Amino acid sequence: MQRRLIKRPNTYYDSVTLMRISSEAKRVPGVSQVAVVMVTEMNRAILADTGFDPAEYADMGPNDLVIGLVAETEEALGAALIRVDELLNAVGQESGQAQEERVQTLEGALARMPEANLAIVSTPGAFAAREALKALKNGLHVMIFSDNVALEKEVALKQEAQRRGLLVMGPDCGTAIIHGVPLGFVNVVRRGTAGLVAASGTGLQEVAVLVHQLGAGISQAIGTGGRDLSDEVGGITMLQGIDLLEHDPGTERITLVSKPPAPATMQRLLERVRRMTKPCVVCFLGADEEVVAQARSAGLKMATTLEEAALLTVESPATPLPDATAEVAAAVATEAARYPQGKRPGAFVRGLFSGGTLCHEAYLTLQAMLPDVSSNLAQNARYKLENPNESRGHTLVDMGDDYFTQSRPHPMIDASYRLERIRKEAMDPETAVVLFDVVLGYGSNSDPGGAIAEEVARLRAELAAAGRYVAFIASVTGTEEDPQPRSEQVARLREAGVTILSTNYRAARAAGLLVETLKGVGA
Amino acid sequence: MSSTLLYRLLDQELKIINIGVPSFSETLTAVNAPHIHVHWAPPAGGNVEAVELLDRLEVHAETIQRANAEALARILAARPVAVDVQPARDVVPGMDGRILLHAGPPVTWERMCGPVRGAVIGAILFEGWATTHAEAEALAASGGVRLEPNHHHSAVGPMAGLTSPSMPVFVVENQEAGNRAYVNMNEGLGKVLRFGANSAEVLERLAWMRDVLGPALGAAIRAAGGVDLKSITARALQMGDECHNRNTAATSLFVRTLFPYLVKTAAPEQLAEVADFLGRNDHFYLNLSMAACKVAMDAARGIEGSSVVVAMARNGTEFGVQLSGTGDQWFTAPSPVIDALFFPGYGPEDAARDLGDSCITETAGIGGFAMAAAPAIVQFVGGSVGDALNFTKEMRNITLGEERTYGIPALDFAGAPTGIDARLVVDTGILPVINTGVAHKEPGVGQVGAGIVRAPMDCFVEGLRALEERLSQSDR
Repeated sequence: MQRRLIKRPNTYYDSVTLMRISSEAKRVPGVSQVAVVMVTEMNRAILADTGFDPAEYADMGPNDLVIGLVAETEEALGAALIRVDELLNAVGQESGQAQEERVQTLEGALARMPEANLAIVSTPGAFAAREALKALKNGLHVMIFSDNVALEKEVALKQEAQRRGLLVMGPDCGTAIIHGVPLGFVNVVRRGTAGLVAASGTGLQEVAVLVHQLGAGISQAIGTGGRDLSDEVGGITMLQGIDLLEHDPGTERITLVSKPPAPATMQRLLERVRRMTKPCVVCFLGADEEVVAQARSAGLKMATTLEEAALLTVESPATPLPDATAEVAAAVATEAARYPQGKRPGAFVRGLFSGGTLCHEAYLTLQAMLPDVSSNLAQNARYKLENPNESRGHTLVDMGDDYFTQSRPHPMIDASYRLERIRKEAMDPETAVVLFDVVLGYGSNSDPGGAIAEEVARLRAELAAAGRYVAFIASVTGTEEDPQPRSEQVARLREAGVTILSTNYRAARAAGLLVETLKGVGA
Repeated sequence: MSSTLLYRLLDQELKIINIGVPSFSETLTAVNAPHIHVHWAPPAGGNVEAVELLDRLEVHAETIQRANAEALARILAARPVAVDVQPARDVVPGMDGRILLHAGPPVTWERMCGPVRGAVIGAILFEGWATTHAEAEALAASGGVRLEPNHHHSAVGPMAGLTSPSMPVFVVENQEAGNRAYVNMNEGLGKVLRFGANSAEVLERLAWMRDVLGPALGAAIRAAGGVDLKSITARALQMGDECHNRNTAATSLFVRTLFPYLVKTAAPEQLAEVADFLGRNDHFYLNLSMAACKVAMDAARGIEGSSVVVAMARNGTEFGVQLSGTGDQWFTAPSPVIDALFFPGYGPEDAARDLGDSCITETAGIGGFAMAAAPAIVQFVGGSVGDALNFTKEMRNITLGEERTYGIPALDFAGAPTGIDARLVVDTGILPVINTGVAHKEPGVGQVGAGIVRAPMDCFVEGLRALEERLSQSDR
C-alpha cells in the first residue's frame, strides 16, 4: 500500500463538500482510502484511524486542508490526487443541474394552473379512475387514455361528469382534437367545420385524415372510449358530444363513428340523431344491414366504411380521392402479374394491424368477400383466433390488443413485434398477401413506415431467392402535415415494393380481390 | 342545466394537465398548447389494495378533514419553551426503578441493533446497575431492566436515544396546550453513547454532563425564565439550518441567548468547561429542536378520525409511525437503509439501518422538509441547491399546511410544510424525506456518515387501515 499526505494550509472548504469529494475520489481504481479533510479535532481522529501518523499534521488546524490518500500503486495515488483537485476546482461552478420543480400530483398542477380545464389521464388502468374522479371534482374535463378501467367505474365517472356538465372521453380513448389541440395519438389535420364523435381511436384518425385529404377540415373530434355505447354506459359521452357539437358554431356537420351500439343505446342514439339540427353522418362499422337500411329509409346518412363516412361528411370535396374501383383494380392487376409463373402461390391474406378499428374494418371487408376469415377481434367464436400468435387461413390480427401490449408499448410506438410477425407471415408458404396499416401522427413512432419498408425489402429479396412472391398491401393513415410527412412515408414504402392504397378499406379490398384472382392461377 | 355548463368548453382555451405518458406533453409543447406535465407515481407504490382503502376512507372524508384541521391548528399553535433541566427520574413520567428509554417503536433486546445494544450497556453501567460489560449485557438480556420507547414517556432522543433515570433532561413546555416533552443532552460527535459507544471516556462525559452541564444549564434557563425555542428555530432556518442535520446557527443562538444567565449562575471554573463544551458541538441544539417538535406533535395526539402523523421514529430494526386518530398504536416496517455520504474510511457496509427519534423534526415540518432552508447540506443527497428547494416543494404534496413562523427565504418566505397526512402519502406515493446521521453498525464506533432516507410506505398504509377500522366501528 502506498500512502501520501498532502497539506494545503489556509485552504477552507466546508465539511460536506469534502465528504462528497472524498467519496467520489475513492472511486478511482486502485484507491482504497481518501480523506480530504480540514484538520479539526474530529478529523484528526479520522486521519489517525486511516493510518496517518498524527505527527504528520500536528502543525495543521481547522483552517488547513489535508488530503490523505491510500492506494495500491503510486500511479493510483497520482490519479486520486488529480481527481481530488478536479473536484476541488469544480466547487462553486454551477452544475446546471438545478432541476425545475417536478409537479407530482394533480393538486400540485392545479396550484400552478388554477384555470386548467382538461386532464389527460394515462396512468395504469387500476389507478386511472381515481385520478379522473379527482379531475372531475376539480371541474376539469377528462380524457382517459388508460384501458383496463372497470366498467362500473366508467359508468360512475360518466354519471358524475354528466351531473357536473363535464366530458369524460374514454377510458381507452386514444385520440381527440379539441379547439385544434391534438390530444393523444392524433394526425395533423386542417381546422374546418366537420365535427366528429367517435368510439374508436384509429377509426376517428382515418376519418379525420380522409376529411383532410378531401380538402375539408375538423372543428372538434371527441373520443368516447370503446365501451361508451354499451347499454351499461348508455352512450353518455357520445350524447354529450352530439349536444356539444350541435351548439358549436364552428361545426356544420356531425359524424359519428363506432362499432354498432348495444340495442337500447342504438335506439337512443338514432332517436337523438333524428332530432339533430345539423346534418349528421352515422358510421356504425359492422351494423346489421337491416338496421342500416331502416335508418337510411328514415332519412339518415349511414356509412358502412370509414371512407364512406368521410365522403358523406365532405359532400363536395375540393380534392377528391381517386375512383375506388379503378384504384383497387389497378393495384390487383399490378400485384397479380408479379407472382412467378408455374408456381402455386399462397392462398391466404394475412393482416397485421396496429389500429384496432382499421383491423375491424378490414375484417368486415374481407369477411364479405372471402370464406372463413379469422381474427383475434372476431366476436363469433368460430372465427376467433384461439392463439393470437398463430394464424389460420385468412387471418387479421389486431396487434394493439391487450394480449400484445400488456408488457410492451403499443405497436404504433414499438414496431418490433409487428415486424417479427410480418416476417413470420411472409415466410409462411400459405400466405399470398400481407396486409397492414401504417398510422402516422403525434404519438406514433417517428418513422413508422421506415422500419417496415426495410423489412419488406429484405423479405422480398429472400422470397425471390426462394422462387416465391408475396404481395405487401397497405394504407397510410396520415397527412402531409404530420410529424412524419405522408408523402415521404408512402415513397419509402413504395420503393420497398409495398402497394399503397388511399384508404384502409381499399387496401383490404385489394387484398381480397387479389387472392380471389390468384385462385385461378394453377401450378 | 348541466349541458349549459358543458357548452362553456366551446368558449374556453384548453389548459391541460397531463397525468402520465410524457409524450402527450411533448405533443402539447410542439403545438404551443398551455399545459403542465404531472410526473405521476402510483399511489402507495402501486399497491391496489391501499388505493381501495383510500376509497373506503372517502366515506369518512368530512370527519377526517375536521379532525385533521384540528390537529394542524394545534401543531401550528404550539409554543415550545425550554423551562428547565432536571434528572430524568424526577420529571419524566413513569421513570421508576430500573428503566431505560430508547429510540423508535418498542423493540426487545433480542432484536435490538448493535448501536442500541451498546448504548443500553453503557446506560446500565452509567446507572451503576452493573459493573462490567458482561454483567450489563446479561442484565439487559435477562429482562432485569425495562426497555421502553422514549415516545411512551413524552420523550425523544437522537440515534439510540438512550435516556436513563439519572441523566439530565431538558424540560420543554408547550405554553399553548400546557403539555411537556423531555430530551437528553447532546454529547457531541465521535465516540458517544447515542451511537452505541460505552467506553470509560463516554461514561466520564455522561457523568460530567449529569454533575456539571445539566445543573448549570438548568440554573441558567430558570434564571432566564425559559428559552423560546420556536423563535430560535425560526431564526436558525433563515441562517442555513434545517434543525435536524444542521444545527450550527441554532446552537449559536441558543448559547448566545443563555450566556448572560450562565455567566451569572455558574461557578467560574464550571463556566469555562460548559462554554468549551458548547462551543465544540454544532449539534447541541438538535435535542432541543426535537423536544420542541415533540411537544407540538403531542398536542395533536388523540384526535379521533385524524390521519395526521404525530410520530415517526426508528429503533434501528424497525421504522414506526403513529397517527393522531389511532391512539398509541405503532405501525412499523423494517428500518430502511440510508442513502448516505460517508466519512473518509467508511462505506455502506459499515452502516446501521435508520435509527433514532430525530425524525420527529420531519414529522413537525422541519429537517428534510425544510431542506430549502439549508442548501449547505444538500450535498448529503448528492444534489444541487435546486434539489434542496425541490425537497421542500415535494413535501408540500403530503402536508396539510405551512408553519408560517418558519418562513424559508429561498422560497420567498413560504412556511415549512407541516402536518403530514397519511392519506396524502399513500395517495401520492410521495414518502416523507428525512435527513439523518448514519451510525456504525457495531456499537461504539460512532457516526460514519449522513444522508437522506424515506419513510417506508407500509407504515402509512397500515396506519390508515387501522384508522378506517376505528372509523367504521364508531359508525356502527
